[in-house]
Amino acid sequence: MKHLLSIEDLDRATIERICDRAASFATGADREIKKVPALRGHTVLNLFYEASTRTRSSFELAAKRLSADVVNFAASGSSVEKGESLKDTVLTLSAHRPDAIVIRTPWAGSAELISGWTDAAIVNAGDGKHEHPTQALLDVYTLRHRVGDLAGAKIWIVGDVLHSRVARSNILAFQKMGAEVTVCGPPTLIPRGIEAMGCEVRYTLDDLPDADVVYALRMQNERMDQAWIPSLREYATVYQINDRRLLPRQVLMHPGPVNRGVELSGGVVDSPQAAILEQVQAGVVVRMAVLYEVLAGARASAPATPEPQPA
Amino acid sequence: MSLIDPLVRAPAPAADVLIRAAHVLDPRERIDGLHDVLVRGGEIARLGEPGSLDAPDGCEVVDGTGRHLFPAFVDPHVHLRVPGQEHKEDLATGTRAAAAGGYCTVVAMPNTSPVTDSTSILRSLRDAALRDARIPVGFMPAITVGLMGEELTEMAELRAQGALGFTDDGKPVVAAGMLRKALQYQRLCGGVLALHEEDPSLSGKGAMHEGTVSAQLGIAGIPSISESTLVARDCAIAGYEGGRVHMQHLSAIESVDAIRAAKAAGVQVTCEASPHHLTLTHEAVRTMDTRMKMNPPLRTEADRQALIAGLKDGTIDCIATDHAPHAKDEKEVPFEQAPMGTTGIETAFAAVYTDLVLPGVLDLALVVEKLTVGGSLLDLPLPRIAAGAPANLVLLDLAAEFEVGAEGYFSRSENCCFAGRTLRSRVLLTIAAGSVAHRDAARLAPTTEATA
Repeated sequence: MKHLLSIEDLDRATIERICDRAASFATGADREIKKVPALRGHTVLNLFYEASTRTRSSFELAAKRLSADVVNFAASGSSVEKGESLKDTVLTLSAHRPDAIVIRTPWAGSAELISGWTDAAIVNAGDGKHEHPTQALLDVYTLRHRVGDLAGAKIWIVGDVLHSRVARSNILAFQKMGAEVTVCGPPTLIPRGIEAMGCEVRYTLDDLPDADVVYALRMQNERMDQAWIPSLREYATVYQINDRRLLPRQVLMHPGPVNRGVELSGGVVDSPQAAILEQVQAGVVVRMAVLYEVLAGARASAPATPEPQPA
Repeated sequence: MSLIDPLVRAPAPAADVLIRAAHVLDPRERIDGLHDVLVRGGEIARLGEPGSLDAPDGCEVVDGTGRHLFPAFVDPHVHLRVPGQEHKEDLATGTRAAAAGGYCTVVAMPNTSPVTDSTSILRSLRDAALRDARIPVGFMPAITVGLMGEELTEMAELRAQGALGFTDDGKPVVAAGMLRKALQYQRLCGGVLALHEEDPSLSGKGAMHEGTVSAQLGIAGIPSISESTLVARDCAIAGYEGGRVHMQHLSAIESVDAIRAAKAAGVQVTCEASPHHLTLTHEAVRTMDTRMKMNPPLRTEADRQALIAGLKDGTIDCIATDHAPHAKDEKEVPFEQAPMGTTGIETAFAAVYTDLVLPGVLDLALVVEKLTVGGSLLDLPLPRIAAGAPANLVLLDLAAEFEVGAEGYFSRSENCCFAGRTLRSRVLLTIAAGSVAHRDAARLAPTTEATA
């Protein structure tokens, strides 16, 4: 795999291979020395056009645990603010010969776009409202540990689907793993035509008890400015996942950061059903596996991977 | 009430050409067969049986064998980007590109920088066209000052200075009351109002058609009702005021239905569809290629079929390109950041011929009619193949193939949605208002009198 641009590009076998490798890195994460030399001498460049603490630091940790050198390039305070185009920024940074560029932007398709401008492997860390493939991979990884095989599992994605790249990547990833996906949220925040992706659409939580997994999306306050919903208070009344709605057998997920009291009640965040912190932990090992896949996967076996790999 | 010729071009020598034994097709003149056509002093002097006409001294002879001769095309909707955006296009490059596409007349839109909304800008444009325009250009100034939708331009004076009509193209006239005032003023000064129909409260920050593809790409959508509701509203206003309106670049099935109903009710409304809306759908946007970003956006297959049906039943009057050049670096950005628009004046006939005529969807004669009639909707004369008419002719090789963009473009910009496609048919010779405006010398291989 040369790049990770979207979940759409991946087949089930590739998703499983990445998760398996992440699992092998996870055994290393428990050791006293967490670092492996797999990507020693490689340079990973984090190019972030949007504020992001957790995704960026997760990628940074992943690269460092593989012994790669990491350079962080944040759009604010940089040449971008002086009006440099995305293309010129990528060409300039590519002149430093990074082996991989991890990119997040507010624009759909930008990861794929820059892959044509550089020899570096591109990892999409979020392109507008399009995709966030490493989030979907870490969510699949987390669920494999929680519920095992996802074939036939019923997964509800609840909230602002319209503005969510996490939702789009996860609809694709969960379906590729055999799950049945339902999206649910206010009608103004469910994009027209989303059912063409193969998911069901609901506007109430009446059938939420059918779900094996409840995946709540972050409700962003800025959405209020454009009157997408009447109020956050009413949203919470209709769509909040709380103790009353979440069953003991269900798994609760959220991409973070959580708005307690809006999309999730404080109680469910702290409940045993919540896999939210496992998702965060999975983030580092899955991103290690992704970086390994695009930088070394094609030509060598993972040092920490038990099963033999093709040469 | 237009007092002066609304069309302007640079002086050019009158053509003297004999085109021998071409397949001449002019549906309105009911000509469809092999003829010799003699052009003398820029006028069509005679039509004759193939091989029957002799070339007078000094007259170029062109072998039309196996080739087709149509009235040259007329485009009521192009962006020539003058004044202010000459890095995208100018009058010379835009009209050069149009000539290469087989056009004898184009009509330029006013969303320039500054906006073409005053007599001084209109006069300077006409002066520039007298210098630079390879084919006749007409100008449509804005309906409202600065395209802001708040106050009318000086429509009567603009008409007196050669305004062909008025349009706020690129933007709708959002307030119904403002459009009504413009239609009332039309009674004084004439001039069709060409309307870009889009309700901004529905289209918002949309960058493509709202549907299954936008849902998956996570790109904000422009719903079809953003266009069709304004089409229906403005037909109602035009009907009430007895005014004449021309709806630009129809894209949605609901809009075609609205026009059909308005025409049946007697509203004086005409409309156009673009080659890209007739041949492409939102599936082409899946790759997020910015050349596929235009406004209105490429819509669904059902919408495309509705446009084709509209052309066939007369609901859609003409094909117009909405030729919208943008500089390479402006389009070399993420899809959501890119400006709207595709070039198309060099590829219009070839795209429609390849995708609609060759597969048998549209008759060649219908396509020729729809590509030539656009100016007449704005009261310009029709190009005709008839003795005594000014020579407005295009000679094509319908069998030739070419890869779009492989040899570059005559336009200053290269944002063509058909780039890389292999299209059939090639324009060999364009005569516009009596002068040769384009000649593909390599493919034309003109014969001499001696070998004729």
